[in-house]
Amino acid sequence: MNTQLLLIQVFNGLVNGAFYALLSLGLAVIFGMLRIVNFMHGALYMLGAFAAFALGQAFGLGFWPALILAPLIVGALGMVLERTLLSRLYGLEPSYNLLLTFGLTLLTQDLVKQVMLSQFAVSSAPYTTPDILTGVVNLGFVVFPKYRLFVIALTLVICLVTWFVIEKTRVGAIIRASTENPSVTRAFGIDVSKWVTGVFGVGVGLAGLAGVLAAPIYSVEPYMGAELIITTFAVVVIGGLGSIMGSIVTGFAVGVLAAVGAAIYPPIANTLVFILMAFVLLVRPSGLFGLPEGTR
Amino acid sequence: MTAPHASLLKATPPVSPPPLLQVRDLNAYYGQSHVLHGINLHVQPGEIVSLIGRNGAGKTTTLRSIMGALRTRTGSVTFDGQDILRLPSNRVAARGLAWVPEERAIMSTLTVRENLELPPARPGGWTTERAYEAFPVLRERGHHPGSKLSGGEQQMLAIVRVLRSAPRLLLLDEPSEGLAPVIVQRIGDIIQELRADGLSVLLVEQNLKFATRLADRHYVFVDGEIVDEVSRADALARREDLLKYLSV
Repeated sequence: MNTQLLLIQVFNGLVNGAFYALLSLGLAVIFGMLRIVNFMHGALYMLGAFAAFALGQAFGLGFWPALILAPLIVGALGMVLERTLLSRLYGLEPSYNLLLTFGLTLLTQDLVKQVMLSQFAVSSAPYTTPDILTGVVNLGFVVFPKYRLFVIALTLVICLVTWFVIEKTRVGAIIRASTENPSVTRAFGIDVSKWVTGVFGVGVGLAGLAGVLAAPIYSVEPYMGAELIITTFAVVVIGGLGSIMGSIVTGFAVGVLAAVGAAIYPPIANTLVFILMAFVLLVRPSGLFGLPEGTR
Repeated sequence: MTAPHASLLKATPPVSPPPLLQVRDLNAYYGQSHVLHGINLHVQPGEIVSLIGRNGAGKTTTLRSIMGALRTRTGSVTFDGQDILRLPSNRVAARGLAWVPEERAIMSTLTVRENLELPPARPGGWTTERAYEAFPVLRERGHHPGSKLSGGEQQMLAIVRVLRSAPRLLLLDEPSEGLAPVIVQRIGDIIQELRADGLSVLLVEQNLKFATRLADRHYVFVDGEIVDEVSRADALARREDLLKYLSV
């Protein structure tokens, strides 16, 4: 394989990695504070893409307004779900939450399918890349689609901003304290429940954002989140749940590794991530960046 | 004025201000087990009151119940004349109670400074600068993780941290535990300085020497009940009794 092909694969891997990073970052933020694994994350990613599509169809809004509005809509919906449903299951066995979020996933997928068929008469729809981002960029050593470079860059910025807010600001200190010791943090006069709702909203908002970014690359369809989320969970296992930087680094790294691996030996394309996951589970069960259970 | 009147006046008890904290018939439960049995106690403004007793006698549970960190309890807890039993602990804190738990709860994922600045600042509360002046080590270690402090430094941080919210009553759970005598002495001085500033303190202790040095009154806990109340004046004379309550 020549260098140019390899570089193209690296860039393709970074694009896939950007989606893994955004989704696993959201999962990590949510898991850190709520101690729940949000199995609905893929459906909310799809909902972000669908919201962008629907906003365009219903109000003629283009990519840029959708890039702002769709994550806000998904985030708001997430906060309503957290307040009305998820919050009832805190303190119960994790399987209750798994069933709830899995059930909500099926419900969301089929609801979107119905709406797409009845309102827009399609089962899947393409989404137009904004004009300014169409075409390619010649990076000198490789020619690459502008839009995909934009996805990589924006994702990096969003990930770093999220990391900065959580690790370096007062808001982050409250979130970290609520994660580490919710009852004492509450006794300091901090309304931890409100922060939990907000953090869930931001976490699923990130999924919504990933959905909008994905719309021009993949087509918008009700089950677009289902496959991606399985790979994302593998990424989360590799990186270790709860670590912010870990989820970002692992997201991009796994994206690149999988793409390069697939170029070297194509039959392994769909399984490489899971081979990696199995290997990490064998040598470091808490994940590359995760703390062993009981030390956090 | 005639004699009968005088005797009538004498019979009137001395007027004491209403208690800052009044706990009546407090019962608490962990799951099926009933751990506090009808606790009655009060703290007057400016008073230091200690809860003494063995491990598992219900002292910590009493603090947790007052603060609202333990929800499965019945009875009445009023602070400054207002019922606080139904309030979530964040609103209990907003009324002017602060809790320093036994494990100190210095957050390891926060720096020393972030720990110090975690409780919401309220008028009259300690600023970061004031805390730094009182405890220069906190300034020196400001950017280190909170967990890197020594036990004594963690205890001091745990106490000054809650002062940020200008509490009127401090619930201190075993502040002397596991600390060297010289540090215990220092913690005792801090508590007395805080009282001089007008703070009231409800102190859980197993260290009798420390408790009798500081507290105006002591409640003795045995098996989830208060079995004795001892004033500062009686504490010395009844030292042997008190030691018996504490011995295993």
